[in-house]
This record gives sequence, C-alpha cells and structure tokens, in this order.
Amino acid sequence: MTDWITRNVWLVPATPIVAALLILGFGKHARRAATGVAILGQIAALIVSTCAFVPTLHSHEFRAFENFTWFTFGEQSLRIGFVLDPLAAAMMVMITLVGLCIFVFSLGYMADDKNFSRFFAYLSFFSGAMLGVVVANSLLLLFVFWELVGLASYLLIGFWIERPSAAAAAKKAFITTRIGDMGFFLGILWLYHQSGTLLFYDGGHGCLENVALLGASSTFIALLIFCGAAGKSGQFPLHVWLPDAMEGPTPVSALIHAATMVAAGVFLVARVYPIFSAGAVNGVTSSLIVVVWIGVVTGLMAALIAVAQSDIKRILAYSTVSQLGLMMVSLGVGGVAAGIMHLLAHGFFKALLFLGAGSVIHGLHHEQDIRKMGGLRKLMPVTFATYAVGMLALSGVPFFFSGGWTKEEVLHATSHWPSSHVPYFLLLLGVVLTALYMTRQVMYVFFGSSRAGSDHHAHESPSVMTVPLIILALCAIGLSIFLTPAWPWLESYLLGHEAHIDAHLLLQPMILVSLVLVGAGIGLGFWLYRRAGEVDPLQQKVPAVYRFLENKMWIDEIYEHTILALAAFASRVSDWMDRYIWDGLVRVIGGIGQIFGALTKGADEGVINAGVDETTVGARGVGRAMSRLHSGQIQIYLGVIALGMLALFLFYAWLT
Amino acid sequence: MADLITFLILIPIVGAIALYVGRPGSPRVVALVFNGLSFFYALMLWQKFDTGAAGLQLIERHAWIPSIGAEYVVGIDGLSLLLVLLTSIVFPFAFSAQKLERGACSLLLVMQAALYGTFTAQNFVLWFLFYEMSLVPAFLLIKIYGGENRDYAAVKFFLYTFLGSVAMLLAFLGIYFAKGTFDFEKLADLGKAGLLTGNVRWFVFAGIFLGLAVKVPVFPFHTWLPDAYQTAPTGVSMVLTGTLSKMGVYGFIRLLVPLFPQEIKIAGPWILTLVVCSIVFAPLAAWRQRDLKRMVAYLSINHLGYCLLGLFAITAALPTGPIDKQAALSGVFLQIFNHGVTAAALFYFVGLLEQRSGSRNIDDFGGLMQCTPLLCGWMSVSMFSSLGLPGLNGFIGEFLIFKGSFATAAAFTAIAVIGLLFTAVTFVRAMQSLFSGPLAEGCAGYHDLLLREKFVIVPVTLLMFAIGLNPQFIFNTFNATVAQMARLLG
Repeated sequence: MTDWITRNVWLVPATPIVAALLILGFGKHARRAATGVAILGQIAALIVSTCAFVPTLHSHEFRAFENFTWFTFGEQSLRIGFVLDPLAAAMMVMITLVGLCIFVFSLGYMADDKNFSRFFAYLSFFSGAMLGVVVANSLLLLFVFWELVGLASYLLIGFWIERPSAAAAAKKAFITTRIGDMGFFLGILWLYHQSGTLLFYDGGHGCLENVALLGASSTFIALLIFCGAAGKSGQFPLHVWLPDAMEGPTPVSALIHAATMVAAGVFLVARVYPIFSAGAVNGVTSSLIVVVWIGVVTGLMAALIAVAQSDIKRILAYSTVSQLGLMMVSLGVGGVAAGIMHLLAHGFFKALLFLGAGSVIHGLHHEQDIRKMGGLRKLMPVTFATYAVGMLALSGVPFFFSGGWTKEEVLHATSHWPSSHVPYFLLLLGVVLTALYMTRQVMYVFFGSSRAGSDHHAHESPSVMTVPLIILALCAIGLSIFLTPAWPWLESYLLGHEAHIDAHLLLQPMILVSLVLVGAGIGLGFWLYRRAGEVDPLQQKVPAVYRFLENKMWIDEIYEHTILALAAFASRVSDWMDRYIWDGLVRVIGGIGQIFGALTKGADEGVINAGVDETTVGARGVGRAMSRLHSGQIQIYLGVIALGMLALFLFYAWLT
Repeated sequence: MADLITFLILIPIVGAIALYVGRPGSPRVVALVFNGLSFFYALMLWQKFDTGAAGLQLIERHAWIPSIGAEYVVGIDGLSLLLVLLTSIVFPFAFSAQKLERGACSLLLVMQAALYGTFTAQNFVLWFLFYEMSLVPAFLLIKIYGGENRDYAAVKFFLYTFLGSVAMLLAFLGIYFAKGTFDFEKLADLGKAGLLTGNVRWFVFAGIFLGLAVKVPVFPFHTWLPDAYQTAPTGVSMVLTGTLSKMGVYGFIRLLVPLFPQEIKIAGPWILTLVVCSIVFAPLAAWRQRDLKRMVAYLSINHLGYCLLGLFAITAALPTGPIDKQAALSGVFLQIFNHGVTAAALFYFVGLLEQRSGSRNIDDFGGLMQCTPLLCGWMSVSMFSSLGLPGLNGFIGEFLIFKGSFATAAAFTAIAVIGLLFTAVTFVRAMQSLFSGPLAEGCAGYHDLLLREKFVIVPVTLLMFAIGLNPQFIFNTFNATVAQMARLLG
C-alpha cells in the first residue's frame, strides 16, 4: 500500500482534472452529472490524499519521490516527478477537505446560476492544479501547475462574465500575478543553469539537496522565486489584485482567494526553503530578510486597510493578505513549521469565514455592505455561531481555537529572530488590529439592529450550506488538539520529529501577551462599534485617517498613474514609432526612389530609353506616368532633336 | 517512390495546373484534395525518415546547370522534415478558413510547392528559385484578393522582400566568385574556417542578414508585415504567418549560422539587440491595435523574435554546456512549429469573427461568451497557447529557448521576458473586450461554431494539447539534427 501510493501520488491532482474535463464534455445542461462528477472527484482525491497521508505518519523524515523523463530534447532529458513528504501530505489533506466543503456549499450557493456546470468544471480544475503544485517534485512542474492555478483563478474571478467589473478584476489578477511569475520564471532559468536540474529531490542529486553549489547566486534565485510567491500570495507590492478578486462568486473567494491558492506562495517558499537559507549565518540570509520585511509591511498594511473597509468580503480579503504576510514573516525568521501550521489552520478558518460571509450574502440577497446589515444573530443562528468560531480563530484567541495556537508559534519564532526585533513588535500591533477589525465586522453584521432594512427577508441558509460551515468550524476548533505546545504533534510531524507530551508547556508567557493584545483588540472593537450607525465611528473621529485607509492607501491609484501609465505610454510610443519612424523611414526611402526616378525620367526624356525600369521599380505611380511619356511620341523626339541641332548650330556659329 | 521529395513539390503544382485548366465548380474542394495528397506524402516522408540518424536523408541529386554550379539537390534533415510537416498542416487549415476563388486557390498551391522546395533544396540556386517563387503568388494574392488598402500593402510587401532578396542574391554571387560552389553542405564546411576575409565579408554577411531579416521579419525591417497580414484574406494571412515567415528563420539556421560563425560572434550583440527590440516593441504595439488581425500580426513578430533569440544567443557566444545549445536549438525548432500552428489558428478565429460580423475591430464586439460560448472557449485555447500557458504547446518551446539563451545572454533574456508579459497583457485585454461584459449591439445574432468549423478547430487544438503535454513525438523528428548542429557550433 505504501509503495503503491508513493508511486501513484499523481492520482491526487489527476482525479479532479479528469473530473473537470468530463464536466466540460457533458455540456451545459447536465447539471446533476456535473455536480456528481465534481464531488465524486473531490471525494476520490480526499481518499487518495488520506491514503498518502498515512505512510508519512509512520516514519520520521519520510520522503518518497517518483521521477521520470518528460521529454528528450537533443541528447538531453528533462525530468519531472512527484514527491510525497509531510509538507505535501498535510497540504493535500487540507486542500481536499476544505475543497469538498466548498464544493458542497456551492451546490446551494450557485443553485440558480445558469452556468452551474461550468462553475463546477472550473472548481475541479482549480483543485487539481493546486494539488499538482503541492505534489510536484520539480520546480518546472510546480510552475506548470502554478500557471494552471492562475488560469483557474482567472476563469473563476471572471465567472460572472457579463459584469464588466468581474472581467476587469480577472484581468488584473492574471496580469499582476504574471508580473511576479516572470520573476519566478527567470529564477527557474537561473536555478536550472546553476544546478543543472530542476528536480527538488533526486536521491542526492536534486537542486534542494545541493544548494551549496549555487553559491552567491542563491540569493538572487531565491529573490526571483519570491517574486512569484509574492504575486500569488498577495504580498506588497503585488497585493492589489486580491481584494478585487472578490468579484468572483463567494465559494471561489473561499477556496481560491483565502484557503488554498493564495497560500501557494507561502507553500512555494517553504518548498524551496533550502535555497532561501543557503549559506545562512545564524539562520539569517539576505533573501530571508527581504521575505521578513515584505511580510511585515504586507501584514500591517493590510490589517490597517481592513479596519476601514465596508464590503464584507473585502474585509476578509485584506485579512487574508495580512495573514499571508504573517506566514511569510514566520518563514523568513526560520519558523517554517509555524508558518505552514498557520497556513493549514488559516485554510480552515478562513474558508469558514468566507462561506459564512457567503451565507450572509445569500440570506440578504446579495447585499455585501456591512453598514447595511445588523442583527443577523437571531435570524441566522447557525451562520452566526460558526462565523463567531472563525472570527475568534482569526483574531487568535488562545486555547480553543487553532488560529490562536499557530499565531502563538509565529510570534514565538519572530521574537527570537536575531536580525531585528522590530518585526516582532509590528506583528503584535497587527494582532490588535486583526482582533479589532474582526470584532467590527461581527458587530456590524450580527449585533445591533438592522440598519437599512435589508434583513426583512433575511433567512438562514439551507442545510447544504450550513453543514459545510459546521464541519469547517469543528475543524477550526478541533485542529487545536494537534497544535498545543504541550503536544506539538503537527509541528513535529512537519519537522520529522517525535512529538512528546509535556503539559507544563501549555502555559507560556507568550500566551499572556497574546491574551492581553487580543482582549484589547476585541474590547476596543466592542466599545467602538457597540452603537455604530451607518456612519463608521472611526470616520467621525478621524476622518482623514479613515479616508486614507478606506481608499486602500491609494495604492491602486498610484499604480494607475505610474506603472500603468508608463506601460500605456510605452505602448503608444511603440505604435507611434512603428507608424512614423520605422515606416516613415521606409516611406522616405521610397520617396527618394521616386525622386530619383523622376530625375532619371527628366534626364532620360528625349535621349535614351534604358535603365529606367530598374531605377523606378519602386515608384509604381511614377512608373505608370513614365510609361505614358515613353509611348513613342515621335514628334517630341523630333522636336528635341531639332532643338538640339539648333543649339549645336548656334554654338558652332558662336565659336567661329 | 525514390523521388518522394520531388513528388511532394510537384503535387501542389499539378493541383494548380489542374485548377487552372479544369475550371472545377468548387476549386476549394479540389485544392483540399491535393492538400490531402501532399499531407499523405509528407507523412510518408516522415515514416521513411530515419529519426535516429543525423545529416541529410532521402537525397535526390541531378545535374542542372553545371556551368554556374547549380545542381538539383533536395534532401531533408529533421528541421526540413518539421517544416514540411508544418506546411502540410497549415495549408489545408488555411484552405478551410474561407471560400476562395479559383485563381486564389491555384496561387496558394503554387506557394505551397515553393515552400516545399525552399525547405528541401540544398543548393543555393535551387533554394533561391523556390524562395522567390513563393513571393510572386503572395504578392498577387494580396494585390488581387486583399481587402482595403491592398495595392499599397502588396507593393510594400513585394518591394521590401524583393530588395532583401536582391541583397541576398548579390551576397551569394560574391560567395560563389570566391569559393566556386553553391552547395549548402560544402559551404558550411568552408564556413568553419572562415568563408571570406577582409571587409568584403561584412558586405556579404550584411546582404544575407538583410534578406532574411526582412523575411522573418526582425525589427526594424518589419513594417511591411502588419499591412500585409491585415490586408490579406484570412487564408493567406494564415499561410503567410504559418509558413512563409518560417522561410526567414529557416534561412538563418541553414545559411547564415553555418556560413558565418565568426562574423556572428562579432555581430551577435547587435543582432540580439534588434531581436530583443522585436520581442519587446512588437507586443507593446500589439496592445494598441484595434484591428484584431493587426494585433495578431504584431504578436507574430514577437514570437519569431524568440526563435532568433535562441538561435543567436547560442551562436553569438559559447554556452557553457551542450545542454544549453541543445535546449535553445530544440526550443527554436519547436517554436517554429508551434508558432505556425497557433498563429494560423488565431487568424482563423479572427476570420470566423469577421465572417459573422463583417468587422475585425475589437470595439465592435463584446459579451460574445453569451452568444457563442464554444467559439470563445476554443479561441481562448489558441490565445493561451500563444501567450505560453503551460500545458499547451507554446510553453515548452519558449521555456527551452529561454533555458538556452539564459546561459549566454542572461541580460537579453531578462529583457525578453518583458515580451512574455506584454503578450499576456495583449491577449487578456482582447479576451476581456471580446468575450466578457454585456452583449454588444449587433452581436446577438451570431451563430456559434458550425460543424465544419469544429472539424477544423478540434484537430488543431488537440495538436496544441498533444505538444503541450507530451511533446516527445515532435522532438523525435529533430533530436538527431539538433545534436549534430549543436556539435557543429563547437
């Protein structure tokens, strides 16, 4: 069994992709078949993932890979492969489990959509591509799936294709991530050039097994790869696409733009971590320092912006950006396991929050502005209860919620970073902000009374939507069991250690700090928003700051007037040069040819009739004119001859 | 059976004569029958070809004009075979794009024969004959059957390429007077030691470079291309970009690189600069175009730029290992094939839109996904193939080219990546304006793909997927040739 699964781990990504192709083949009207195939494919992937998960539990530092030749060019072979290790296995289980919940949820959420089956085809395709990223044992194969994930995201963001805003958001996502991917692509080329292979593990010959060979170039390779990771994971300055991506249907936001795809960047850094840490002194390298600071800036910036957003999904989107920054910081300071743990936990509770938001939006007939909501606690009790779990997990309340424990680990790792303590304190500020904006959101949506009367028809969602919420909420809580410092099973599993139980470690000083900060954030939020009306209290108190944050620090506008304007200008210049300079030159040369032709014609007139065709071949119109003049008007010739003779005669007369 | 290649060249000519003399009711069907025949012959050639062996195969050699060193020599290696196959695919594809008159059909067939000849001739005189033979039908097809502004476009196309050809002919006469042979293999042997000396070699080099650069085209000799592609009928645009543009790249690989290895090393950075300009400026200009055909035309310049990037990166400087040379050459060969298929498909789709709407202006469309989802879906596949999405054919060729060029020309490669980005920008913008948003006025009545259109689209798209997922069958045709060429490069 172990053998079979390690050799056939490719089945995990293949199953959903095949399902997607089948659904597309069925056509538009086979709704029942589409959902059946999609969900069966996802269940199959979950089962295989679980089977693959089992052997990784048995031995420590388990790693199995299966490499093969993709194609031979010239006399060289390009090899790719699949790998199964704790990192891949944990990600696979998370993705398929969260994915399954979201598939089921979509049955209810998308029930009225006319392109229902296409939606499931895209979702399945996305799921397969994402699983491919996770199990790839070659940076090239990872890139292949990486781009397919980008394609799936593009298709799903723009799913409601009649909406111009959705199409624009899809385009923005595709282009912004592709900017990062171009860096990533160069990084791949450089790595391939330096190490001669793109396989991660190859029995001692893989690129991750020989990072010392990279020498000084490892820094540049790592930074180029990080460009790709920053694009996908919405890190500053490439984060701008992620909030706009909320134009897609909410299950898409949950699956792709919260739980899995955006985590791909974090996963990528974790996967190629040896390149980032090559030649580290004290666990610090230049590339990791960049990762930390980008993560800190992203985390704090997004948390600040989230405080002043009013769209329920956009708040969650900025919160995702912020949490991804946190994960990046964790990786950068050396807490790889902590970062991945936070990623996994975040996958569950963020999917929960998005689906909860979806349930709210569904219940309120597509109202997304939290300032118009209120009092839903009583009308949508299941949604409220599960949403509260997600909110507490995201805020990082310790003890009962997975997010609390993993955030603890990240803070812990950051506090020990030898390079600087500033990131640690900035993260603490981020913790307060996170608790604040989540409390704000919950206060607006679920407490108080209805603000704009939009809840008149509010109703709890059908069970096909609430059951996935409950399952995800249970996961968000239940995962804590494996995360406590007293029994750090998941961390040990990821690091390949044996987990020991030690109850004394349960209470650490860090937890107190955390409790105080989270308490402060929630308390502040409660106090500020307890009687909030349609106008945000912050907007009344500090209007300038609020406006700055509400407009997302004007980063979109800045890009529009700098980079985008520059690109558009370059495009205009290219087109202009083409029309007027290069083609102009051609026309000038053509014109010279015509003038030359005309001169020749002048010289030619009445003398001889040779060499003209060659020299005026360029002058079509002139040629035609010329042919008229050469059409044998003998009287002109005679006249010229007569004139010439007259001239000669006069000349002779003058001489004598 | 012994004269397989000559037969291959003759089939379209017979077809053209048959069309001219026979005056059939549906000339396109007759042309397609002859295309089927040549496709079958091309497959037979592939089957006879020993993919394991390097060097020329299936050579036919006959005395022709001994006094000037002109022989009738045709033969194929992996590269020639690849191009013959490409020609055999693109022509039937082009014929099925639209209804064509009898004259247009026979001119296209003559062009097909000329292309077969160009890709198989192994003596300069013969090669040049075929090379020029393709020019005349192309000129007439644009001039007689073209759209708006066709006179201007046709004359510009003709003069441009003709001047290039003259320069190349003069250069080869120079070589002939110095060395006394027109045979490609012999010239390549002489080239290793330096074909010519002194300043004259630069004139000769420049002459050949100019001739080929116009044909590809390379920036800044490209301005004939948007006009010509835009004006030509759909089928002709497909042929021009799918096969005719490959004559230039083929010429670079077959003539310039083997004959002038030292000169290329000196001129390399300048050539690469022009090539990178093609790669970057063309998609930038494409982004601005409102006419879809013009947009695809500019992107063609960019894609062929990748071919030359790979080729000149490894010839301008010595790469570190054989893997880089072989990667670049394989990438170039594959890119030639990929671009032929994909660009032809893109023109085909633009043609379908034009047939439905009578317009090619991007602003006249919108929300097509709502009325013609299949057309949009399949067209997107071609677009994604062209922008190099993994899983489709374009990616593998581009990856290998960049892999090879990065070793010797990292800076040029890094700049060229901008071209990849703007190709994506151009296509994504086009998809946004064509497919999404509210349904544009006048688009509601369009019919989705017809059965006969599906018959054309599906096999071509499957080919894109096949190469993208498992490209080995294409690599097999030229792996031996690549290995041999890489060794010759030193």
